[in-house]
Amino acid sequence: MVGSPVTLLADAGKRPVARRGVLSRKWSGILEPYLYVSPAIILIVAVMLMPLVLGLSYAFRDIRILNPFSGGFIGLAHFQTLMQDSAFFQALLNTAWWTFGSLLFQFSLGLILALLLNRHFVGRRLVQALVFLPWAVPTFLSGLNWAWLFNPVVGPLPHWFTALGIMDSPFNILSDPDLAMWGPIVANIWFGIPFFAITLLAALQSIPSDLYEAAAIDGATTRQQFFSITLPFLAPTIAITLMLRTIWIANFADLIVVMTNGGPADSTQIVASYIFTQAFRRLDFGYASAIAAVLLVLLLAYALSVIALRRAMSHSS
Amino acid sequence: MVLSGRSRLGTTVYWATHYLMIAAFVAFALFPLFWLLKVSVTPNDILYTEGVRMWPSRITWDNYAFVLTKSSFPHFFLNSVIVSGSTAFITTIIAAMTGYAFSRFAFRGKVVIIALMLITQMFPLVMLIAPIFRILAPLGLTDSLTGLIIVYTAFNVPFATFLMQSFFDGIPRDLEEAAMIDGNTRFEAFRKIILPLTLPGVAATLGFVFTAAWSELLFALMLVSSESASTFPVGLLSFVSKFSVDFGQMMAAGVLALVPACLFFLLIQRYLVQGLTAGAVKG
Amino acid sequence: MASIEIANARKSYGAVHVLHGIDLAIADGEFIVLVGPSGCGKSTLLRMIAGLEDITSGDIRIGDDIVNDLQPRDRDIAMVFQSYALYPHMTVAQNMSYALTLRKTAKERIAESLAGVSEILGLNALLDRRPKALSGGQRQRVAMGRAIVRKPRAFLFDEPLSNLDARLREQMRTEIRKLHRRLNATSVYVTHDQIEAMTMADRIVAMHDGIIQQVGTPIEIYDHPANIFVASFIGSPAMNFLHGTCIKTDTTSAIRFADGHILPVAPRPGLYAGQEITLGARPEHVAIAAPETPGALPARVDLIEPMGLSTLIHVTLAGHELKIFTMDRPAFAIDSTIHIAFDIDKTHIFDRNSELRLPPVIKAPEETTKETSGANGT
Repeated sequence: MVGSPVTLLADAGKRPVARRGVLSRKWSGILEPYLYVSPAIILIVAVMLMPLVLGLSYAFRDIRILNPFSGGFIGLAHFQTLMQDSAFFQALLNTAWWTFGSLLFQFSLGLILALLLNRHFVGRRLVQALVFLPWAVPTFLSGLNWAWLFNPVVGPLPHWFTALGIMDSPFNILSDPDLAMWGPIVANIWFGIPFFAITLLAALQSIPSDLYEAAAIDGATTRQQFFSITLPFLAPTIAITLMLRTIWIANFADLIVVMTNGGPADSTQIVASYIFTQAFRRLDFGYASAIAAVLLVLLLAYALSVIALRRAMSHSS
Repeated sequence: MVLSGRSRLGTTVYWATHYLMIAAFVAFALFPLFWLLKVSVTPNDILYTEGVRMWPSRITWDNYAFVLTKSSFPHFFLNSVIVSGSTAFITTIIAAMTGYAFSRFAFRGKVVIIALMLITQMFPLVMLIAPIFRILAPLGLTDSLTGLIIVYTAFNVPFATFLMQSFFDGIPRDLEEAAMIDGNTRFEAFRKIILPLTLPGVAATLGFVFTAAWSELLFALMLVSSESASTFPVGLLSFVSKFSVDFGQMMAAGVLALVPACLFFLLIQRYLVQGLTAGAVKG
Repeated sequence: MASIEIANARKSYGAVHVLHGIDLAIADGEFIVLVGPSGCGKSTLLRMIAGLEDITSGDIRIGDDIVNDLQPRDRDIAMVFQSYALYPHMTVAQNMSYALTLRKTAKERIAESLAGVSEILGLNALLDRRPKALSGGQRQRVAMGRAIVRKPRAFLFDEPLSNLDARLREQMRTEIRKLHRRLNATSVYVTHDQIEAMTMADRIVAMHDGIIQQVGTPIEIYDHPANIFVASFIGSPAMNFLHGTCIKTDTTSAIRFADGHILPVAPRPGLYAGQEITLGARPEHVAIAAPETPGALPARVDLIEPMGLSTLIHVTLAGHELKIFTMDRPAFAIDSTIHIAFDIDKTHIFDRNSELRLPPVIKAPEETTKETSGANGT
C-alpha cells in the first residue's frame, strides 16, 4: 500500500453519462430474449410447423402425384382405409418390435460401456474416441455395410454363426422373413450404443465422488453403491433419454429402407418405412400423411403417458 | 484378512474382465468399418471368390483412383462439405443465441417454446418431405444447396439449442454482469465474454450438427433431383443404379466420405461428454 | 465521485415483494455497508443501484442523474462480485483495463492508470497471468483493481470477502478501508457479516425482510439499536434477551421474569404496567457479582468458553440462556450456581409486540440515530 495517491486516478477516460435507450430500457428488457430466440422460432415454424400442418391437411385429401385429377377433400376416407389395412397393423407390430428390440440392447450395452469408461485405465481416451465412432458413420453407409456383412457370399457373419452352431449352414438372415428384422436391429444397436454411452457417461461424471467415499466408509459394497447411488443419480437421465430415443427410433426408417426395404414379404416394414413406401414409391401422399398423422398421435400419447407416469411416481415418493 | 485376500484377487479378475469387455466393444465398433475398408481395396475379380476372407490375397487402389478421378464423387463431396459446413455454422449461431436466452432469461412463453422444440423431435420427418417440397418449390429452393441448408438447419436447431444451453448454464452470470458494468451491452457481453468461454461447447455443437447433416439421405434424395446439387449420400446411391452396383467403388467412396465426419467427431467427442456433464440432459 | 440517493424504491417479482419502499441518502465519499441476513434484500438493492435489476417503482439517483432507465454500462459505477467475476480468458492486465478499452481511452492513459493501480495493490508481478493462475487473495485484488482503474462515480461491493479464509478476510478488510480513505470514493458494500459492517462502515444500513431497520454509524447501531432485530444481529457474541412483564410504581420500573425474579430498569417513556417487554443486555453488560450485591440474580453455569484474552460464560437464568463476557479467569465449575448483575444503565428494553426499543430518558441530547418509525410506544 505505497505509492503516489491521487495522480494515478487523474481522469482515466471519463465519459459523460450517456442517455442511450432511456425510454427503451424497460421495453428492451422485455423484448431482448425474444430477439435471441426469434431466428430459431421463425425457422422452426417455417420449416417444421407449417409443413406439419400442411402435411396433416393432406391426410384428409386425395393427393396422388401421378393423378392430375387428385387433390380433392375426401374427409376421413384415408382413415377408413387405414382401419382395414392389415399391412398397417403388421407395420405397427413391427414398429414395436423394432423399437424396443433396438432400445433394449442400445441402452443396456450403452450403460455397460459408460460404466467401463467411467473408470480410469490406460488408453481410455483412445478407446472412448474409437467406440463412439459408429455414431459418426452416415446411416445409409452403415446400412449398406451391415447388409454386406450379413450376406454369406461377401460377409463373414453367417459363417461365424454357423461355426458357433447358431446356424445349420450359412444363409442371409435378411432374406428370411422370421429373422430379417434382426439385421436392421443389429445395425441400429451398433449405431445407437454411442448415444447412450455418451449421455450416461456425462451423467456418471456429474455424480460427486465424495458420495461414493461416504458410502464406502458406511460399508457399502460396490454392488450396493451401484444400486444406492449410481442408479438413482442416473434415473432422470435414463428416463428422458429412453423416452426421446423411443420416439426417435420409431421414426427412424433409414436403416430399414437401405437394408431390406421393408421386405421380405413386409416382415421388416415399420410404420415409418411404410409411410416412405406409400409416399415415394406409390406416390400416394394423402394416404402416407394419414398414416403419419396416426403415428404422430400414437407417439405423442406415448410421450405424454410416460411424462404423466413419471409425475405420478415422483409425487407418490 | 478376508477383505485383503479377496480384494487382491478380485482386483485382478475385475480388471481382466474390464479390459476384455472394452476389447469386445472396440471390436464391435470397428469391425464393420474394417470390412468397409477391406471391400474397398479388394480387386473386382476376387470380390466374390474371396468374399469372406479377412483380407484379400492382393489389394488394389483402383477403386479409389476411379472414384476420385473418373466419377462425379469429388463434386458430390464438395457439395456435402458446403451443405454440412454451412448447416453446422448457421445452426450453431442460432442455437447459441437461443440456448443463451433459455439459460439467462425468464420470459413469457419460454415454456411453450421449449415444449415446441421438444415436440419437433417427435415428428415422423418423412411426413414433412412433401409439404416442405411444396413450400420450397415456388421459392426456387428445391434442387438447390441453399434449400437443403435451410431444412437441415431447422431440423438441427432444437437439439443444438439444448446442447448449447447446458454449456451456458455452466458459466456464471456474474461474468456478463461484470462486463455490462464495464461498459458492454448484453449482446456484446455475450459475444465477447461468454461465447469465447463456451468454445468447447461451440466445437461440440458444430461437430454434432456437421455429422448429422453429413449423413442425411432422405431429404437430400427427395429435394434434389439434378446431379449438380447432389450431396454425396445421394451420389453414393447413384453407384447402385448407374454403374450396375460396383460395390468396390461404392465402398471406396464410402470410406472417403467417412473420413471428414470421423475426423470431426474424434475432435469433438470429448467436449460432447463435457457439455452434457455440465448440464446433464435438459428436458 | 458522486452521492447516491434512493427514494421509495420498491422491487417485486410478480406478487413477491422483495423490497418495500427503500429511502436512503448516501453522501459523496461515504462508505455505506448494507448488512442483514440472507434474503433481506440487500443484494437486490445493490443490483438495483448497479442497474442489473429493474426498479419496480421509485427513483435511484447517482449524482444529479436519475438512473432508473440507464443500462449498467451508462451508470459509471464499478462493482466487485463475490465470485470476483474475472474474465477467465483475459490476463490480469486485460481484465483491469477492459472497461477503459471499451471507452476508447488512449493507450498511454490506460497504461498509466494500470501501472498506478497495480502498484497500489501489489499486482505488478501478476499482470500477465490469467485468473486461473492466481490465489484467492490475488483474484480478490484484481477484482478490486478492475474497479479502481475506472475511477467510477461509485463502488459497489457484493460480499467481496466471503470466499476468502478468515485471516485473509481480516487483512483485506483493513486494506479496503485504507483504500477508501485514500480514494475517498462513494462505496456501497453488501455483507451478511456484522463484523465487516462494524469495522468498515461510515454508516451501517441494517436490513431485514426488505425493509431498512436502522441507519447509523457502527457505534450508534451497536449502542442504540432501534429494535430487537438490529440488537440481535449486530454484535458478537450476540445480545442476551430476557422476556418478562413490566411492573411499575410512581417512581420506579422493573421487569418481572416468569420465575418471579424482579430486576429494576431505568425509567423511560412509553413503559406501562403489565406490558410485555424484553430486556436486552450485551454480554459485556452482565457481570458476575457477589451474592449480596443488590439486584444480583442466581444463574447456573452451563459452559465456559476460554478465548484467551477473555472468557465467555454460558449460564441459564429464569429459563433463558445467557452469555457473559468477562476479562477475568473464572474460578467456578460447570453446573455450579453463580450470581450475575446487569448494568442497568446499559441494558435495553424492547416492547415485545412492536419489537421496538424504548429509549430511556436522555440526559444529554446525543441520540442522533435515525430510526424507522417513532420508537415511542405504539
